[in-house]
Amino acid sequence: MAYLEVRGLRKSYGTRSGPTAVLGGVDLTLEEGELAAVVGYSGSGKTTLVSLIAGLIAPDRGEILLEGVPVTGPGPERGVVFQQYSLLPWLSVRGNVALAVDAVNSGLPASERRRITDEFIALVNLTPAAWKRPRQLSGGMRQRVAVARGLAMRPKLLLMDEPFSAVDALTRATLQDELLRIWGERRSTVMLITNDVDEAILLADRIYPMTPGPDAVLGPAIEVGLPRPRQRRHMSLEPAYQKARQALVEFLRAARTAR
Amino acid sequence: MRIDISQQVILPLLGAACVLVIWSIVSVSVAPDLPSPGRTWRESQRYVLEPFFKDGEMNQGIGRLAFYSLVRVGKGFALALAIGTPIGFLLGLSRRFHQSFDPIVQFMRPISPLAWLPLGLVIFQKSEPAAIFTIALCAMWPTVINTAVGVRSISPDYLNVGRVLKLSRFKTLTRIVIPATLPYVFTGYRLSLGLAWLVIVAAEMLTGTPGVGGFLWQEYNSLVYSHIILSVITIGAIGFVLDRLMGLVEARVRID
Repeated sequence: MAYLEVRGLRKSYGTRSGPTAVLGGVDLTLEEGELAAVVGYSGSGKTTLVSLIAGLIAPDRGEILLEGVPVTGPGPERGVVFQQYSLLPWLSVRGNVALAVDAVNSGLPASERRRITDEFIALVNLTPAAWKRPRQLSGGMRQRVAVARGLAMRPKLLLMDEPFSAVDALTRATLQDELLRIWGERRSTVMLITNDVDEAILLADRIYPMTPGPDAVLGPAIEVGLPRPRQRRHMSLEPAYQKARQALVEFLRAARTAR
Repeated sequence: MRIDISQQVILPLLGAACVLVIWSIVSVSVAPDLPSPGRTWRESQRYVLEPFFKDGEMNQGIGRLAFYSLVRVGKGFALALAIGTPIGFLLGLSRRFHQSFDPIVQFMRPISPLAWLPLGLVIFQKSEPAAIFTIALCAMWPTVINTAVGVRSISPDYLNVGRVLKLSRFKTLTRIVIPATLPYVFTGYRLSLGLAWLVIVAAEMLTGTPGVGGFLWQEYNSLVYSHIILSVITIGAIGFVLDRLMGLVEARVRID
């Protein structure tokens, strides 16, 4: 059995014109220590998938098993980096990270929790801004706080919902490199949701393409054969990159025409 | 810089001058009983220049009278917040509580202070607690309603953070719900303070207790009309200052 197993996941939302089936039977697996990506068009139901795995909403049908245990609700073992970061604006960078650290380490003494908090702030290079409020930070810095908070939960699985979609292209590249570095150091299990094919190839070991909704499903996983550590430069010239890209783009294009 | 001064000082002064002119014209033409600005000042200057003199229960400097009123309003306002804030949170947090008590809130909100005061006198038998009861009962509604609206408009994103972290109910309340609601709560406090100050005049008039409102009514009965104007101006000035002070507090808790 895989580390994370998602089987036959279905979810519809009731709208005025009747129920809309967002997910029509999603299957996916994730191995421990793997960084997998789900790529799909905007509005295809990727955020719904994240919310389901996070346990924030309940599926109509299907099941989610993390280490064989069914997911029945939200919990810090499935950390989330939300698309809009959802930082608490009345807390400093430190306060936002400490909230997560304190929540999952209630047994530890305060000094130890403080040390862990500092460690995660340092990990995303925000030590100089630790006392700033989110509104004083740039988009890229806010994103880093969200990543630090997500990692600070020490989750078995970190769900990242289009984490770089709200920053400009230059910042996005920096943040992607940073995620590569952090993931290289810690080897957390990460499920990355994105609509950017190149981002997925740069970061992920395996990529699930998602058909456009309604009734979205995932296509067969595409292995990214690029060696790690990866470098952004020259990557697009590698045959492995081109092979993965072609497979992804072809699937997504075919899925769209089939609609 | 020069434009700033003209806009922030000269223009408001111009507005005030206009009012003075209209007041003077009215006092010499339509309403001969209305004291002119000059006469008002002559008859009131002792109350303003020696604001803390005390010749008798109802004949005191305007500063002393304003102080009595402010203390009374402070008590009523504090009571309004102490009752209104928890009710607001309960209305926002619990659907059942909302269904049970929201109709009552909507029903009691438009009742005038003049209607509550006699009831307060019946309940408490004394004018002072009756006045405070009336102020609290009239002033608490903006706090109740703003707090409830604030709780209900917390972004689900913030609550989802709490859910992912599995915060306890108490921690969700103290770490997320209350801080997220605070700006609404303080807007409610500011409106409540404005209402409390509105109610004080009516409460003091009806109970005859010493204070700006009581003084105003007594001077009307003793035909010293200039002192009515003195009271009115004092009430306006204090109301303005109170609102500005609460505005400063409100700005401090605002989150953008």
